[in-house]
Amino acid sequence: MNQTEIKHISKKHAPKQHYIKNEMIAFLSGGTLAAIAQLIMMVIQSYFKFDKQMATAITIVIVILITVILTGLGVYDKLAQHCGAGLFIPISGFANSLASCAIEGKSEGPIYGIGSNMFKLAGSVLTYGIASAFIFGLIRYVLFGG
Amino acid sequence: MKRIQLRNVYVQSSAAVVGPNEKQGPLHGNFDKEYDDFYCEEKTFEKAEQRLLKDAYQYLVNKSNYEISEGDIAVGGDLVNQLTSSHYFAKTLPCTFLGVYAACATSSLAIGMASLLVDRDMVSHALAFTSSHTAVAERQFRFPNEYGIQKKETTTTTVTGAGMILLGNHKTKIKVSEFIPGRIVDWNHKDANDMGLAMAPAAFDTLDTYLKQTNQTLEDFDLIITGDLSSVGLSFFKELLQTEGHTHMERISDCGLRIYDIDQQDVFCGGSGCACSMCVSIADLFKRIEDGQYRRVMVLATGALLSPVAVQQKNSIPCIAHGIVYERSE
Repeated sequence: MNQTEIKHISKKHAPKQHYIKNEMIAFLSGGTLAAIAQLIMMVIQSYFKFDKQMATAITIVIVILITVILTGLGVYDKLAQHCGAGLFIPISGFANSLASCAIEGKSEGPIYGIGSNMFKLAGSVLTYGIASAFIFGLIRYVLFGG
Repeated sequence: MKRIQLRNVYVQSSAAVVGPNEKQGPLHGNFDKEYDDFYCEEKTFEKAEQRLLKDAYQYLVNKSNYEISEGDIAVGGDLVNQLTSSHYFAKTLPCTFLGVYAACATSSLAIGMASLLVDRDMVSHALAFTSSHTAVAERQFRFPNEYGIQKKETTTTTVTGAGMILLGNHKTKIKVSEFIPGRIVDWNHKDANDMGLAMAPAAFDTLDTYLKQTNQTLEDFDLIITGDLSSVGLSFFKELLQTEGHTHMERISDCGLRIYDIDQQDVFCGGSGCACSMCVSIADLFKRIEDGQYRRVMVLATGALLSPVAVQQKNSIPCIAHGIVYERSE
């Protein structure tokens, strides 16, 4: 049996990807997370009298904190399996990538384990985030003079 | 393809120790020891895997009343880089050690090599073992365990366990009658999250070539059980066999579907890892052979020889399948 025949038969056995279902769940779970964060922000703004910028920063820190706690408890990865992009795209996904790598590296000690592994997955986001910030900042400076 | 017939090799004793997922599975109660925790009373997952091997060895020694001595040989392997678990376990043994690797097909490779040494009278006893641990394998081949990424439905769950078989010349009910080493098959499959599909053509190649060479059919076996093709790979494997004109597909099964109940357990489409076929052989097949339910069984362990670096460099995944035939001796 040649490679083409094998490839042809294999196509029948690959399970269907539930794109629509996954997108809907991601939309709903991501939206729910955003709504909760918005609620937290409004509470901070009205009860603690912080301005909007400060309240946003505190809200982000709270979302990160909750994510890290859930990651540590081993719950976050199970939620993420169901929610997909709904939890992956927001800041919670970034926090989870750092926390999970840190937990994984713990057995190799604070330097070679936690320190060097922590940005293993988040590293690409940071690298290209910083690189694109530099490039677009440069374009803005050249075109609009800062 | 080379078929190695063995005349005088019997399973003297065997032991399997597993983790929590396997404890919740259909084979619960058939293993020698079942841990409730992935750490198995150790500090790291890597140490836990070594603990499983050490425990299995203790059970094997207690059951067989035979302690491995200097003149014997041990053949084993696992999925961790540099065969860490095997080497750290083997350093506690007094005998010669051969580390082998064929990914999840390591089980059949280790049993085959150990059997060959016993059959050719090079040693009186040989120990064959494999181990795998889901958290260790996830970390090495995929992502950190707590990383929240949506896994594909074709993903398999690595079996947490260790299995050990003592082979020798003394006649018992389970005879190791053939070792069928396979060829590497690469059909340009590149999805590292779909190992079942990747390995099925390798299993097909070994089995189809063997049956044709020896003029046998699937009916000559009570059971042909693949290592870890999972539900996806198994249906693909069966269709490949049917396309070549083989019949009696009810004789084909998969170890990954026996160790877990994929409808009840959260394990995606089945079990995998080199402890999968080893532990199912020990906890299920050997007992059925001893009971007389099976007379001739082939365990066709399948291995995806992937390296995370090679896959990231856009290379395809070479796969292999090694077979071991067990017969009931009267």
